[in-house]
Amino acid sequence: MLLARILRRNFLTGSEYKIMISRPFTPLLVAALFAISGISFAAGDDLKEINRLYQQGQTSQALEQVNAYLASKPKDAQARFIKGVILTDQKKTEEAIKVFTELTEEYPELPEPYNNLAVLYASLGQYERAKIALELAIRTHPSYATAHENLGDIYAQLASRAYDKALQLDVTNTTAQTKLSMIKDLFGPKATRANAAVVATAKPTPSRTVEPSKPAVATVVEEPVKSASPSKRVDTPASADSGDVVGAVEAWAKAWSDKNVQRYLSAYAPNFQTPKGESREAWESERKKRIQSAKFIKVNVSQAKVSMSGDDEATVVFRQTYQSNTLKSSGKKTLHLMKVDGKWLIKSEKNRG
Amino acid sequence: MKLPQIVASIAFIALAFAPSSFGVAQDLAVFKRTALESITKGSGVASKNIETTLVLSLVRILEKRPDEALKGIDSIIAENPNFRLAYLIKGDLLLARSRAISTLGNTNKAGTAVEDMRQEAKARLDRYLHSPPLDLVPRQILQMSPDQPYALLVDTARSRLYVYQNKNGEPRYITDYYISSGKNGAEKVREGDQKTPIGVYHVVSTLPKSKLTDFYGPGAFPISYPNEWDQREGRNGHGIWLHGTPSDTYSRPPRSSNGCVVLANQDLIEVSRYLRIGSTPVIISSKAEWVDSAKWQAERNKILATLENWKRDWESRDIDRYLSHYHKHFTSEGRNLASWATQKRAVNAAKTDIRVDLSNVSVFTYPGYENMVVVSFEQSYKSNNLAGQMKKRQYWLRDGNRWQIVYEGSVDAQPSTAPPTLTAQR
Repeated sequence: MLLARILRRNFLTGSEYKIMISRPFTPLLVAALFAISGISFAAGDDLKEINRLYQQGQTSQALEQVNAYLASKPKDAQARFIKGVILTDQKKTEEAIKVFTELTEEYPELPEPYNNLAVLYASLGQYERAKIALELAIRTHPSYATAHENLGDIYAQLASRAYDKALQLDVTNTTAQTKLSMIKDLFGPKATRANAAVVATAKPTPSRTVEPSKPAVATVVEEPVKSASPSKRVDTPASADSGDVVGAVEAWAKAWSDKNVQRYLSAYAPNFQTPKGESREAWESERKKRIQSAKFIKVNVSQAKVSMSGDDEATVVFRQTYQSNTLKSSGKKTLHLMKVDGKWLIKSEKNRG
Repeated sequence: MKLPQIVASIAFIALAFAPSSFGVAQDLAVFKRTALESITKGSGVASKNIETTLVLSLVRILEKRPDEALKGIDSIIAENPNFRLAYLIKGDLLLARSRAISTLGNTNKAGTAVEDMRQEAKARLDRYLHSPPLDLVPRQILQMSPDQPYALLVDTARSRLYVYQNKNGEPRYITDYYISSGKNGAEKVREGDQKTPIGVYHVVSTLPKSKLTDFYGPGAFPISYPNEWDQREGRNGHGIWLHGTPSDTYSRPPRSSNGCVVLANQDLIEVSRYLRIGSTPVIISSKAEWVDSAKWQAERNKILATLENWKRDWESRDIDRYLSHYHKHFTSEGRNLASWATQKRAVNAAKTDIRVDLSNVSVFTYPGYENMVVVSFEQSYKSNNLAGQMKKRQYWLRDGNRWQIVYEGSVDAQPSTAPPTLTAQR
C-alpha cells in the first residue's frame, strides 16, 4: 500500500512504526486526504476570505463567493462545509442539510458534517435523526466533546418528551427546539473529553449499560491528549508531498521531545523568520538554552492540516501540546515550510489560539 | 455510505406528537408555574418535601435539565430507600445519559408494576398540576360539630386525603396526602369486591402495630363501613381501614388495596394526630367537590333551617306536620314510615309539652348521591313524661323542593378526646 510505504519512509523508527501502523486512521491521514482534493495555498486564501466575510455577517457575499469557488472546484470539502455553515446561518435549512448530508456520504469518517446535520435536524424538531447523526459522529471520534454535549442535549430533549407522554401532560411544546452547537470550522481543534476515552469497539447502541461512561483503557497506545480515532482505514493513496510535509513536522516534534538540539534546529530553514526578528544565532542559542534546561519535554502534534501552495511550499496548521517539568501548554500552531534540497524545512512558526 | 435508515425510532417521535388524552394542552411555562405555586401553597409538613421534590424533579426532566432532576431524586432515595417510583425515575435518568428513552420506566421487566408506578407518578403530579381549588370550601363538609376538631375527606379519583380543621363549625384546609385505594375502584358493595366504599364514615377504633402484621405499617384505623345507610342499601363487607405500608415499601400504587385507604407510613403517623377515635368523620368520595363560600353557606343554611323546622314541628306536637318531614321511603332500624307514624302518633297523644334541644350538630353532603345529606346531633329531649339524651343520625333526601328524612336512628358513641398514639417507624 502506498500509504504504508509513505508512513514507513517518513516517520518511523523502531517502536513508532508499530504504533503508526496499528492506528487505522489518524488526523494526519485526514490532512493527506484533503490535500488530494487540491487545496492550494492560494485557494486557502480564498476560503479564508469567505470565512472572514461569514464571520463579519456578510453571509450573502460569502455565499456568492463560495459558490463561485465551488464552480471550479465542486468537490472541495472545506468549501462545501463552509457553504453549509453559511446556509444554516441564512436559515436555508433544507439546502444546508443537503450539503452536509453529501459530505457525510463522501467523508463518513468526519464528525463535523454529522454534528452540523444533527444541529439542523434538532432545529426542525427531528430529534431522532439528530441523535443518529451525533452517534455516527461519535463512532468515528468518541472523544469529540461538542458531539457528546450535543448528544447529551438530544437525550435530555427525548427524555423530556418521553415523560411528557408517559404522564399524559402534553406540556412540552412540540415546536420548541433544543439548540445544539454548530461546528463552524471543518478542521478546527476537536476539544476532547479528558475522561471519556472509549474502547475502540464501543458502539452507541442500547446494549450499553446504565452506568455513565467510565474511563476505559484505550486499546491503542496514545499520547494523553490526542483524540482517539479508531474508525476504519481510508484506502486512498495520499500525495507524496503532503505526506513528507507532515513527516517533517513529526520529526521536528520528535527532535524537540528528544531534546536533540541539533536535530531540532536543523528542522528550520536557513531563512527562518525568527519570532522577535533577532539574529539567527541569538534565536538558536535561546532555543538551545530552553531545551536543555528542561528535565523532560513532550511535544505532541495532532489534527494537522496541510495546505500545499505549489511543489515546494506548504503550510501546516496543527494542535501542539507541550509538556515539560515546568510548563504545560496546548495551542494552535502554524508552520510555513519550504522544500530545500529535498528536505522540508520550517520557514516561519506562529502560535495561534 | 448513506445515512442509516431511521426505523422504529421514528415511532417515538410520532407518539410524542400524539394528542393528549388527558385535557387541554398546556404550555411548559404554565405547567411549571401551576406546579410550583401549588407546592408553595401546601403546608410544610415533612412528608410533603419528598413529594414536592419528586414533582420538582419531574418538572426538571420536562425542562430538559435531567442532571438537576437526578440530584432531587437522589436526595429522595437517600431519605427513603424504599421509594420504588424514585428508583424507576433514577434508572431512566441514568439511561438517558447515554441513549434516548421512550417513556417513564424504561425497563424490560414485567408490565403492571411499572405501569402502576406511572400511575402513581401521574397521581402525585396531578395534585400540583391540576390542583383542586383548595381555597374554596369542600361541599361535602357543611357543618362540623364541636366534638370534631378535624375531618378527613378522601377523594379516590384523585388518590388524595384532605385534612380539614373545625373553625367554628366551618372546615378549614390543613394539608393533604397521597393515598392508595381499592384495586377495583370505588363504591364498595359486598365482601371481597376489592373496592373502597363511598359515604360518610367515622373512625371507630385503633389497631396498634403489635396486633398487626408488618403489612399495615405503624397502625390501622378501622372505619364504620358498612354504616346505617350501607346496611339499609344491603351492602356488606368489613375491614375497611386507614393504614400504612409494609416496611419495604414507601408508597403503593393508586389502585392497589382491598378497599382500605392506604397512606405512606410517615403520612399515617401525621394523620393520626388529627384523629379522635369514635368521632372523626372520614368522608370518602370518588369526586370531591369544592364550591365558593356563598354557595356553601346557602346549602348549609338550608339544611340547618330544615333541621330547625323539624325540631319545631316535633315540639309543636302537631303530629302531621312532624310526619311531613319524613320521606315516603323512610326506614328506621327495621321500621317503615307507616309503623313509625303509628308509633309516633300513639306516643304523641300523651304529650302535653315537648322540649328538644339539639347540640353538636354536624352536616355532611353524602357523596355518590345527587341530593342527600347526613345530619348527626346530640338530642336532649324533655317532655312531661320522659326525658333523655341520645345521639341521633338522620339521612335527608331532597325530593323536588323539599328535604325529607329518609333514615333516622340512634348512634352509639363513646368518642375519645385524645388522638391515638402510633409509634413512628422507618
